[in-house]
Amino acid sequence: MLSMHRRIALGLTAAGVATALLAGCSSSGSTSSAGASTQATASGPVKLTYWAWAPGLDQVVAIWNKSHPNIQVTVEKQASGDDLLTKVITAAKAGGAPDLVQAEYQALPTLVSNNVLADISKQDGSASGKFAAGIWKQVTLGSNAVYAIPQDSGPLMFFYRKDLFAKYGLTVPTTWDQFAADAAKLHAADPKKSLTTFSSNDAGLFAGLAQQAGASWWTTSGDTWKVAINDAATQKVASFWGNLVKNGTIDNQPMYTPAWSKALADGSQLAWVSAVWAPGVLSSSAPATKGKWAMAPLPQWSAGENVTGSWGGSSTAVTNNSKHQDAAAQFALWLNTDPTAVAALVKDSYVYPAASDAQTGGALATAPDFFSNQPDFYTSAAKIAATTAPAAWGPNVNVAYSAFKDAFGKAAQNKSDFVAALNTMNQATLADMQKQGFKVAG
Amino acid sequence: MTQDATRVSVPVSGSPLTSRLRRIGWAPTLGLLAGAVYCLIPVVWVLVAATKSSAQLFTSFTLFPGTGLLSNLHDLSAYRNGEFWTWMLNSAFYAGVGALLSAGVSGVTGYALAKYRFAGRNAIFNTLLAGVLMPPVVLAIPQYLLMAKAGLADTYWSVLIPSILSPYGIYLARIYAAGAIPDELLEASRIDGASEWRTFRSVALPMMMPGLVTVFLFQFVAIWNNFLLPFIMLGDDSKFPVTVGLFTLLKQGAAAPALYTLVITGSLISVLPLIALFLSLQRYWRLDLLSGAVKS
Repeated sequence: MLSMHRRIALGLTAAGVATALLAGCSSSGSTSSAGASTQATASGPVKLTYWAWAPGLDQVVAIWNKSHPNIQVTVEKQASGDDLLTKVITAAKAGGAPDLVQAEYQALPTLVSNNVLADISKQDGSASGKFAAGIWKQVTLGSNAVYAIPQDSGPLMFFYRKDLFAKYGLTVPTTWDQFAADAAKLHAADPKKSLTTFSSNDAGLFAGLAQQAGASWWTTSGDTWKVAINDAATQKVASFWGNLVKNGTIDNQPMYTPAWSKALADGSQLAWVSAVWAPGVLSSSAPATKGKWAMAPLPQWSAGENVTGSWGGSSTAVTNNSKHQDAAAQFALWLNTDPTAVAALVKDSYVYPAASDAQTGGALATAPDFFSNQPDFYTSAAKIAATTAPAAWGPNVNVAYSAFKDAFGKAAQNKSDFVAALNTMNQATLADMQKQGFKVAG
Repeated sequence: MTQDATRVSVPVSGSPLTSRLRRIGWAPTLGLLAGAVYCLIPVVWVLVAATKSSAQLFTSFTLFPGTGLLSNLHDLSAYRNGEFWTWMLNSAFYAGVGALLSAGVSGVTGYALAKYRFAGRNAIFNTLLAGVLMPPVVLAIPQYLLMAKAGLADTYWSVLIPSILSPYGIYLARIYAAGAIPDELLEASRIDGASEWRTFRSVALPMMMPGLVTVFLFQFVAIWNNFLLPFIMLGDDSKFPVTVGLFTLLKQGAAAPALYTLVITGSLISVLPLIALFLSLQRYWRLDLLSGAVKS
């Protein structure tokens, strides 16, 4: 067992050497980066790391690396979601955050209030004209700073099974009243089928629907926040869906489960209120239903209106930890506005680009494969995207979302009062903000 | 715990088959069978689901095998130029080296705590006991901050070092050394003129082997299945173990399809080394019977 002893000793020595080496690396890195912006220094090209979850980003970044030998970007692929948010915040506290991160719009206030993101208005402020005003506002948080470059957006739409709608004599709803009538009609014709489901595990969709109804969950005046998750508009949305669940005319099981995929695949659910990226999800959840779906604008609260909300969508942000913020900002702008880059994002990363020009451009000329029966898919999508209501996010969206899961999860299972669940969600969010030390009015 | 496990496997010699059959208690047997079914159903599900293509996964009958196993394996191997196999190698490295070092440290520490009397012995042991009660999940973020201070975050060391010291392993090794090594044997060795180190290496260590194999196995499984520590520590996806790697396949953002079939096939493959390890190390547990026979 002397060998074991020796191995441990070797291991410890090696650990010490590694520490010394790493310390050496990082200190030499900081000295060499002092003057580095877009130019390479004597020590070689500027190296940037980029945490992101969108698939296929490596291919897009390879295009940049080829044409920019002095700024080399490495994608380190992460899992999306709130866990990544925690990881980025923790890493930033320890000084170990990457140069660039992919961040969902609703996560930006959280990242900014934790001092993770750099203000890149100096480098990229002139890019505002390339994006719709509503989207740009989400990356500035209504201030003069710019915290990220928008990458993709997810305007809400209505997806339905064309064949089954014809079979049951349903009309494509243009208002939510018609939507409820369709749900009731279908349920009467075949109680085993339902128009759609109310999913309590996707707060993002609910937030988008509230956004369409005119809700503003977080607002600021000066340095004081106001939380209004249970405002009149959101109450209207909550009681609408609550009634459908209570009557049993729609299902109450969560989305993105195997059971849900099965329901879409075998036609026991006929429609899905979702965002522009739905074709990708449908093609993996219900591959056999290809060509049987169609997309229509989201139903409206009153006839003649033309508003939608959004679900998902993310941006590319530069961190305060980055030693090469100029280079990183330059890359972020290229990635999301350069025609070649955006075309590659659409093709390889399933992204619906946020840049206005790209939404009608060459990369989106043909409909997604799954919707080849609807050749004008992206032309209609661009029209719908232009009607997106502005979103208002606060610094603890993650807390609000998990409160949604808890409260609406119970309400959906018990078919109980959705407005009560909404009040619970509002209360939990408010309490968390006070606990975190934000100045909150009301 | 180890001793119990080994004693159970002692064959009841000399009892004829018929008398054993008569002693079957139906209630416990049924209870255990129900438990076995409960534990095995998810394994069977993974096994069956791994054979289904993405078109079959959600549409065909749950326990009816599909035809997509080979194409799933091919797609998994092709994903980002074989990234999955890099993750498997990383897992093998973290779990193999980590468990080996952990078993070594546990063996030395457990032996010292069991066989030497020194000031602070009980204090050390009680601190370790408290460590057994502390869930490792709680420590992940403080450990990350420490590693970052040392400049070791996002390196192989950041996952390996925290895995080496296992309070549970030391606890097991101490209990095992106290029970399996008779003091007389150590005294005899000292009287024969062996140094303390040689006494440990040539007399105590062979007797502790079955216990250390157990520690190795426990640590191996714990590191192999660990998610939070590598998730927090590592940013570079080429250093990910298989647990964190598969998670990135599952969560690609709302806009991109989740790669269910690849994740299921990957999960199946990632369990195989654990099964192989258990089967191949089982014989070391039987060794215990022989070494126990020396005394008495």
